[in-house]
Amino acid sequence: MTATATQAAIRLTGVTKEFGTGDARVTALHEVDLEMPYGELVLLVGPSGCGKTTLISIVAGLLDATAGEVEVLGENLTRMRGGRKVRFRGDNIGFVFQQYNLLPALTAAENASVPLLIAGWDRKKAVAKAAELLDAVGLGARLNSYPNQLSGGQQQRVAIARALVHGPRLLVCDEPTAALDAASGRTVMGLIRQVAVEADRAVVVVTHDSRVYDFGDRIVSMSDGRIESVKTRE
Amino acid sequence: MNWVALKMLTGDKTKYFGIVFGVSFAALLMGQQSAIFCGLMRNTTSQIRDVQGADLWVMDKNVQFIDDVKPLSENDLYRVRGVPGVKWAVRLYKGLGRARLTDGNFQQVIILGLDNATLVGAPAPWRVLHGNIEDLRQPDAVFIDEFGWRYLFGAEPFVAGAKTLELNDRRAVIVGVCHCNPTFQTFPILYCTYSQALQFIPQERKTLSFVLAKAEDGESPEAVGERITEQTGHKALTDEQFFWTTIGYYLKRTGIPINFGITVTLGFVVGCAIAGQTFYLFTIENLKQFGALKAMGVGNLRLVGMILLQAAVVGVIGYGIGIGGAALFGYVFERAVKTAPPAFYFSWHILALTGGAVAAIVTAAALVSMRRVLFLEAGVVFR
Repeated sequence: MTATATQAAIRLTGVTKEFGTGDARVTALHEVDLEMPYGELVLLVGPSGCGKTTLISIVAGLLDATAGEVEVLGENLTRMRGGRKVRFRGDNIGFVFQQYNLLPALTAAENASVPLLIAGWDRKKAVAKAAELLDAVGLGARLNSYPNQLSGGQQQRVAIARALVHGPRLLVCDEPTAALDAASGRTVMGLIRQVAVEADRAVVVVTHDSRVYDFGDRIVSMSDGRIESVKTRE
Repeated sequence: MNWVALKMLTGDKTKYFGIVFGVSFAALLMGQQSAIFCGLMRNTTSQIRDVQGADLWVMDKNVQFIDDVKPLSENDLYRVRGVPGVKWAVRLYKGLGRARLTDGNFQQVIILGLDNATLVGAPAPWRVLHGNIEDLRQPDAVFIDEFGWRYLFGAEPFVAGAKTLELNDRRAVIVGVCHCNPTFQTFPILYCTYSQALQFIPQERKTLSFVLAKAEDGESPEAVGERITEQTGHKALTDEQFFWTTIGYYLKRTGIPINFGITVTLGFVVGCAIAGQTFYLFTIENLKQFGALKAMGVGNLRLVGMILLQAAVVGVIGYGIGIGGAALFGYVFERAVKTAPPAFYFSWHILALTGGAVAAIVTAAALVSMRRVLFLEAGVVFR
């Protein structure tokens, strides 16, 4: 399916998420309705505990909604189960984590090649493709460095390369600048904007780092499990 | 992804070697102790394996093991010879004697008295290290086993007839040295003729320890043995039957299996504890990585495969090192200790059982770890 600007990459309708049971029940999301288009970098912002992470976990198919409909890249995740959902994630979603989550035993190029290995690529070809992408994010000289030999910003760049190497149609970034200083944070956000935003790809970045708000095409503010506002860049 | 699993496993060298060490230690302890146990058990049957040439051992029906000699009468020999299917039957004396050494010391010895005419039960030619077995027909002649020679005379070179012992006030002249299987009691073994053996022991009314019998060609030794039992009332066992009867006695009536069993169990438990705990900790510390892989589209089945592969690799390497170490121990022990017969027998059963135990250890470790990974929410990566 070819995405168009009029299609929503993500459509949430009345999404509610509850954790726990009985007296311990906590509602993390209250009937959230939200649409996110292709070709934009959407920032999901709000204070800690407002439900941002829960929301992207549901969008990424890592959590099931308690109620409501979740449609991602034209697929209804609410009805998708088990192996199909795992495959959907592997084929269509790229992840950038706050703590990078690189495998310490693999070099930068090997780390960036992991999604291709999951997809069944030959190791040499996968590493070569990953090396191209690392070159594109400015790490061409550190292909054989291990994560503990890289700075935080460099590790996050490896994570971005890993998230994009298999050409996903949705990129989900969780606090990608939280562990970085201001300059590195802006570099990373600039990089995401530069290499990830494409017409047929949706990019969602969870952040509470107001210093990077100017990188977003659309800023979705959350508070107490609800969408408070949606602002688009002029 | 198998490659990623292996890189994850070997990435942290300290933990990797810790897991391998745990498995190796368990395999070493289980293999080495089992081999010593089997060696000791085999040593209880050394004379059964040494005395070759006959199909059947005929003995009093109450005999429980090879050293439990209850002498037969001379008539019993002729009764055995009269049983249909018996090709021939000869005498064998087996007993303990007390040898007086030239320095005045005394030493218990195992005496094997062979049939004068045929020397049935004598060491095979390839086991004769010095002398000629026919020399046993000379007056006062005895052969001694090589461990006995080393024990009594150290590194002195053998010279035919140069060394003598005194048994029951009779002179025993050592005319040859032969290789014998190591014994449980570690006493020197003396081979001589039956009539000579009777002179080396105090006078007894009955002296026939065993009758060695051969089945006619085409007859099954077991069937002939049953026939001998029916007609004489004595027990008649093949080498193998007598071997297992003797081992069965030691297993039931001594604490040896329990003591070794405890050590082998300890090896298993310690191996489980070290390897299991280290492997578990290794997995726990990698939970975030497993979570990330899960988020990126690695299914549970593949994660199980990755963990099982990691467990299999440490299992195979640990098993190899452990079993290699145990074998090395046996090799060095056998060559380093010259005066005592070795009690170390590394059969394929031990390799298989130790392999099975190691497989159980790594599987248990993998299962415990796997549980955490399988129930891990991929969303953990966002926390």
